[in-house]
Amino acid sequence: MNHVFPVLTALAYLLSFGLYVRFLAAGNKFTGRVGTVLLGVGLIAHYFALLERSRGLHTVPYHDLYGSMSLFGWLLALTYLGLELYHRQRSVGAFVLPFILVFFLAAHLAPADRLSPPAVHGVVFAFHVTLSILAYAAFALSFVLSIIFLGEERLLRNHKLGEVVWRLPPLELLDQMSRSSVLVGLISIAVGTALGYVSVDRLPGQNSFYDPKYIITLLVLALYALYFRLAGTAAWRGARASKLCIFNFVIVVLSFTVVNLYLSHSHRYF
Amino acid sequence: MEIVLVGLNHRTAPVEVRERVSFSEEQAQRAAEELRARGILEETLVLSTCNRSEVYGVPPESSHECAPGLSSFLSEFHSVRHEVLSVSLYHHYDREAVRHLFQVAAGLDSMLLGEAEILGQVREAYRFAHEHGATGPVLNRLFQGALEVGKRVRTETELGTRPMSAAAAGVKLAERIFGKLSERKALVLGAGEMSEQVLSHLRDRGIAQLQVMNRSREKAEELAKQFGGKVVGWGEWDSALQTPDVVVGSVSAEEPVLRRDIVERAMAARGNRALFLMDLGVPRNIDAKVAELYNVYVYNTDDLTEIVQQNRNARESEIPHAQGIVEEHVSKFLSWQASVELVGLVDALRTKLREERATFIRSRMEPMKHLSETDRAQVEKLMDEMLEKVLLEPAQRLRGEKELRRKIQNVEALRDLFLLNREKP
Repeated sequence: MNHVFPVLTALAYLLSFGLYVRFLAAGNKFTGRVGTVLLGVGLIAHYFALLERSRGLHTVPYHDLYGSMSLFGWLLALTYLGLELYHRQRSVGAFVLPFILVFFLAAHLAPADRLSPPAVHGVVFAFHVTLSILAYAAFALSFVLSIIFLGEERLLRNHKLGEVVWRLPPLELLDQMSRSSVLVGLISIAVGTALGYVSVDRLPGQNSFYDPKYIITLLVLALYALYFRLAGTAAWRGARASKLCIFNFVIVVLSFTVVNLYLSHSHRYF
Repeated sequence: MEIVLVGLNHRTAPVEVRERVSFSEEQAQRAAEELRARGILEETLVLSTCNRSEVYGVPPESSHECAPGLSSFLSEFHSVRHEVLSVSLYHHYDREAVRHLFQVAAGLDSMLLGEAEILGQVREAYRFAHEHGATGPVLNRLFQGALEVGKRVRTETELGTRPMSAAAAGVKLAERIFGKLSERKALVLGAGEMSEQVLSHLRDRGIAQLQVMNRSREKAEELAKQFGGKVVGWGEWDSALQTPDVVVGSVSAEEPVLRRDIVERAMAARGNRALFLMDLGVPRNIDAKVAELYNVYVYNTDDLTEIVQQNRNARESEIPHAQGIVEEHVSKFLSWQASVELVGLVDALRTKLREERATFIRSRMEPMKHLSETDRAQVEKLMDEMLEKVLLEPAQRLRGEKELRRKIQNVEALRDLFLLNREKP
């Protein structure tokens, strides 16, 4: 397999991370802009790396755990870039890039054994999986933003303003960014889940609708809808909403790992 | 093509002298005209702010020679005795003058390190002088460079980003919580000088609504009117605390005026919407226990003073970075200046050689009567070609090679070497 795109992706992400950190530490706008450009370059290279991996293994990216992780990393980067451009705020890039890098490296450093070709599930199924992973990526982003919110809020309340606090986004903006991210996740998971049901319905033979994955997905959907509702109210806006967002993400991680790997019959990677 | 600067600032002159030597726009124009009319300077620019009065110029002769005349002119123009003025004046020439201006534009020479206003003042002084025809190619280039330095220092360093007063730090902190203040409301308790300062900062940051509460309603009304705000009756806490996002305490009171129970009630009424309390009063206006409430952020004078101190240190740590930008542009300007001077020198040399050639041909061809007109013309043409060839390559190299221009430091020495100064009008 050609290693040009994985190496280029890793380099672009790594450099972008370094520049975002420098931007956060020194506040140089030009450095931040270059960081964003490199993230864009990384995204393009990552896309081709995914494409190449899928072609090489004759499968789709989400057919195995490693491919899913890489796709997750790519969608996380895509969501973050969209959010950064929409809110014109790049100081959280230094916190998001490590996640993107870890998911990308973990997926691409793993042994790429030839997998059995996946069963042909059709376009609806492909959208179902991609949208679900996009939702997880958006929820992961809101998780990172909530952690930053709580950290910054604590520093502000304790009057411990270091250099970084002056460069982080205002609390109100972090809150808005987190809600934007959750909104992306909510829409994706709602549509993705609906498509999943449609896809299951079309499959020949008897399909169980009592897979634990369905229950936990509906729980995730309900919890994030609750977050979205509460985060808009004055009483919950702020630290309380951020804590709820962090709790919700714990359920997402549970859904993506324990439920997928051990409890679900149709969502496991083996 | 030298540059001279004569001036004074907050470091060299007390305010009594500074205010006597400051220039209004009309005075700046008149001074520039007189300086040129008297032949002291060919290009002139007066930069006058509350902390400095400086005259930049390009003298017709040596800058060192024109400086005393410039000092005397300032003394005469402002009717200040020369002995009084001379102790406060500084004189900078060429590289030092360029460096000084670039440092001024960068905010490195300001009383409040990194302040942003000076760049606007430099821009305005340049615009004014340029519009009135007082500047020429050298000062145009110099001041364009200064504006570029100022802009770069502000975008590439953090020299001017941190607030340097408790009031400004408080307003900046409010922005850390709420973001832009254009949709936020503020309530200011007190109508003294500190309240006025905070109101001014809040207004500058585009706050949507301002309210003033004071024991003396009259004073509150006066202040509210000045800042386009509203007056709230003293002690009407329940209604007054419902809408504002920022509350500033700056009243003289023995006991805290905002107790925990008052703020707790207000927070319940406002659905725990975030509240930023800036306590600038001594003794404190806000009960310390208020900080324990959910979504309430309290900063008192000591907290804000500490932030200002941190900011001062942060600004100072940016000096080397800003100085680096200044030095980069000083070199750039001097390189440009040298290139212009050297090109001028080559032109002067060419003119001189042509004159020499004419004299030479006249004297040496006199005995060669056997040559026809065509032959004579041919010899002259050959000599011209040779002169051009000798001069062309150095001229091209001077235009193209920055490093070479940097190496040739003293153009005047070259002028002396080729006896070109004698030709100067």
